[in-house]
Amino acid sequence: MNSDIFQGYKGKALEILKKYNTRVWGQAEIETSRGTFKGTILPRAENDDDKHIVVKIITGYNIGIDVDTIKKMKETGYKKAKYAIPEQEFPTTPNLPNVKLFGTGGTIASRLDYRTGAVIPAFSPGELYGAVPELADICNLTTEKVFAVFSENMGPDQYIALAKAIGKEIENGIDGIVIGHGTDTLHHTAAALTFMVQNSPVPIVLVGSQRSSDRPSSDAALNLMHSMFAAGHSDIAEVMVCMFGPTSDDYGLLHKGTRVRKMHSSYRSTFRTIGDSPLARVNRKQIIPIKQNYNHRRKDNKVDILPYFNKKVGMLYFWPGMSSDALDSFIDNGYEGVIIVGTGLGHVNKGLYPALERAKEKGIHIYMTLQTLWGYVHMFVYDTGRDLMAKGVIPLGNMLPEVAWVKLSWVLGQTKDPKKVKEMMLTPINDEITEREPYNGYLVYQGGVPEVEEFIKKVRK
Amino acid sequence: MKINPKKNYEKTKKEIGYISRKKASQKTYDKIGFMSGLEVHQQLLTKHKLFCHCPAGVFNKNNEYDAELIRHMRPTLSELGEYDGTALMEFKTRKNIIYRINNKNTCTYEIDDTPPFPIDKEALQIALEISLLCKLNIVGEVHITRKQYLDGSIPAGFQRTAILGVEGEIPLKNKKIRLIQLSIEEDSCREISDIGHTRIYKTDRLGMPLIETVTYPDMVNPDEVMEAADYIRFLNRSTGKVRTGSGAGREDVNVSCKGGTRVEIKGVSHNKWIPELTHNEAFRQWALLSIKEKLNKITSEKKWKLNFEYLDYDMFKITYPPLKTARDKNYKLIAINLPHFNGILSHFTQPGKVFLDEISDRLKVIACLEKPNILSTEDFKPIINKKDLEIIKPILNSNENDAQLIIWGPKEDIPTAIEVIEERCKMAFNGVPPETRKSLADGTTIFERVLPGADRMYPDTDSAPIPLENNYIDNLNKNLPVEIITRFNQLKKWNIPQDSYKYILSKNLVPLIEKIVKNLKIDSRFIGTFLGHKLKFIEGHYVSQSKFDYNIIYKMFEFIVNEKLNINIAESMLPIIYEHPKMQFLSVLDIINYRKRNIQQITAPVNFLKEKYREIGKKQTPEAESNWIMGELRKQAIGNINLKELKNKIQNS
Ligand SMILES: [Zn+2]
Repeated sequence: MNSDIFQGYKGKALEILKKYNTRVWGQAEIETSRGTFKGTILPRAENDDDKHIVVKIITGYNIGIDVDTIKKMKETGYKKAKYAIPEQEFPTTPNLPNVKLFGTGGTIASRLDYRTGAVIPAFSPGELYGAVPELADICNLTTEKVFAVFSENMGPDQYIALAKAIGKEIENGIDGIVIGHGTDTLHHTAAALTFMVQNSPVPIVLVGSQRSSDRPSSDAALNLMHSMFAAGHSDIAEVMVCMFGPTSDDYGLLHKGTRVRKMHSSYRSTFRTIGDSPLARVNRKQIIPIKQNYNHRRKDNKVDILPYFNKKVGMLYFWPGMSSDALDSFIDNGYEGVIIVGTGLGHVNKGLYPALERAKEKGIHIYMTLQTLWGYVHMFVYDTGRDLMAKGVIPLGNMLPEVAWVKLSWVLGQTKDPKKVKEMMLTPINDEITEREPYNGYLVYQGGVPEVEEFIKKVRK
Repeated sequence: MKINPKKNYEKTKKEIGYISRKKASQKTYDKIGFMSGLEVHQQLLTKHKLFCHCPAGVFNKNNEYDAELIRHMRPTLSELGEYDGTALMEFKTRKNIIYRINNKNTCTYEIDDTPPFPIDKEALQIALEISLLCKLNIVGEVHITRKQYLDGSIPAGFQRTAILGVEGEIPLKNKKIRLIQLSIEEDSCREISDIGHTRIYKTDRLGMPLIETVTYPDMVNPDEVMEAADYIRFLNRSTGKVRTGSGAGREDVNVSCKGGTRVEIKGVSHNKWIPELTHNEAFRQWALLSIKEKLNKITSEKKWKLNFEYLDYDMFKITYPPLKTARDKNYKLIAINLPHFNGILSHFTQPGKVFLDEISDRLKVIACLEKPNILSTEDFKPIINKKDLEIIKPILNSNENDAQLIIWGPKEDIPTAIEVIEERCKMAFNGVPPETRKSLADGTTIFERVLPGADRMYPDTDSAPIPLENNYIDNLNKNLPVEIITRFNQLKKWNIPQDSYKYILSKNLVPLIEKIVKNLKIDSRFIGTFLGHKLKFIEGHYVSQSKFDYNIIYKMFEFIVNEKLNINIAESMLPIIYEHPKMQFLSVLDIINYRKRNIQQITAPVNFLKEKYREIGKKQTPEAESNWIMGELRKQAIGNINLKELKNKIQNS
């Protein structure tokens, strides 16, 4: 009961509220040494201090009042705010594809949570229709909350649950699947689903938003429209990530789940395909293919669900001067596989050799990926590389480090036979290793270069 | 019932009792229940912007940009869970908002691609000092709030703003004005253009620290509003830590009349415009209330409904150029019947404006139809000729008490346009719609947008609250500048002419006068007049080569005193120093041809000159003679002796 009446308050602030019989959502008059304040007592964010009381004043602004300055306080009324996104029934339109939206948490559509001061997701089709009515012109929507966790808490158990849920939907004949997801680990999940859900007859689109939908400039609405359009209407039956192409409200890009990576902590256009070009561009009316080869949509309801995962796989980001103890701790803690993220063409220093030898003896599967992200591991060029291979480190071509971690975990969930593991790791399921890198695969602009400046000014919006 | 629109305008203007501001008295304003409050915006003089590390006050021209980006603003729920209704309507018209970004003053924060950095401490401190000067109750903890703006003036769709204090007051000549609150906030973009569905902004000003001082609606006549605006402006400037110059201080003026609604006149950058604007706005509302009364006598909002028909261009002989253009662009042409609106469309609202303008302004803003966008049966100069009207009326099934409109525009904008017209006409049954209006130089206003509701505040989940400790506030309190009211009294005591007050206070020159009087022992009335008249004139007529700092004036007088020059040389030195603030004072003396002479040297030629005057003087009186000689010797005397003393010498020799 306390937690409801005094939501988020603790320590001194809680004492004061109790002393003067004032509740959260109570209208109060507060006399302080800095003058009198009037307003509605709001809940306090859990991580904020216990020295202040939050008040919404009549003009709609929030202020904090230092409890040490309070001389007197009186509750004069009570009015609890009801926060709800207006729900309207999502209309069904014949001839539009049926799309299923799986919710996992994240900020794709959200509202305020007083407890943390952060935003919590809004989700039902009715809520979504209330917030983004244009969705009804794109598809017929049903939703299912698989779980609600923040992106950083997504992990193996969630991948498996999602894969199974997707399998069921496909068997039931859905036309496309969208997964709402926080953006931080969106690309990990995209890779996991690529391996766990194979030969899908329909598009499986992961989407998030970089700006929560509580702000007018949010990318959430447009991302939702793009992803639902892609899921319902696209011919590309693969696991994809759909997010802003440019930072402007313009078009989205469809990225292959195995080649996509979050590349900026806050930009709307944070997701990029690495080492290749994206699959397609998408707006609210059409899909414009970029790549010609992809898995096409099928009419059947068949799909292979392979929900395996070994949680004892780690990643080691190499730093110069690294010594054996870093890898030793993986070995000592029973890890069965380690993805090394090495420098240059795929290198670590000699200090690590003893641990590598120990790992080999213990049968731990060690694979090499790159800090450069772009390019192939190439361990034949220098002695170091050859040394490493001799110690059992296997190069993974141009597989991205996070994808490699996901794949090794998935493979080790199925077999531990080194030969079989190696074969599976090196046989691409969907371009996690590509045979060739196109010339427009590597693209990092360099600001200041005249041609780039010209391009930014004229083209990149 | 045929009406003559021009005569109807004059008739209705008289009917509601409109009189010019010159003729108006407090009685006039009491009669219509004039009420006004202010939101005074003031940029703070800081090195950086409020929530990022971009430099503040670095501006660029409209076409100087490094990148452009596009956003659309979508209405969202407020913290209390409600949508702003009219925001939804504006959203339907879908504006492409383009931002032009210049790398020297904008980073990824301004365009909402990076979360905010901690608030600029310098800005917070200045804003708190001003809050204390306003006698506000300072909050214990600053909470950053997001205030939604859907017009695109902020790329995020919201402005970060925070209350620093509530419930203060400022003293005017005859009364006290209460203050509601003071907030610190980030300034918005500057608009470059707004045509059709495209609005372009530049982001140089965006994010600069700004404060907003909000008064209660305590002002009861237009002059009082200006007095309060001036007072707050002087108070802000008295810290010496705010920006000056065009756009650095702007007021939003809230006005209503008895039975009217709060209407916000936005972004008034000159306080001297305020009286005319508020006068006209109060009467506009008074006129709308008269329309309300007339309409409700005939019918009710619920029953009222417009009807419309699409027209063919070849039904008329088109000579009106905008219609020719519309035909060439394949625009739709629509005739609309407004039942019972005969005589309403040409009803007076503001000087030179009628109710039809209220509709036309909204068509431009909400439906994106560029002006001219409407023709009516009550245009002052009829553009639709009588014969054509006869064609339209039967099509629309019009009665003689109805009014008719013709509008044109792209097919996709027509539904919104009709909705806008219907909505505005229905609003007429309720009097004054709440809106923000843009001020024009002639003292009238036009519709800018619908006044947003209170439901547009949202806690900023990207920023932690900032506690304001007691000892921090106490320290600020100890170092505050003198209050404006005290300065007023000081100026009076110094016997400085009243017509100089405004200039001296607005330039925050009282501390300078104080220093000159105290340290250099120069007469206060002389200094006050010197600044209030001479400096003001020079500022208006000369251009400085580099930044002119008012402290140079202190240095000039110090130089005059140290060099034992007569103080009257200041007037000759000032224009040169103003133009070349870096020039040495000795060089200034050279330029004005100053030579050191004692009184004997100066008056030596007096006898010679007297004889000369007897030969050439037109008017042989002692006064004319000494004036002529003064003229001859003036130059040599300046800086050396007092001119009165010289005249005495001339007359007595
Ligand atoms: Zn910046």
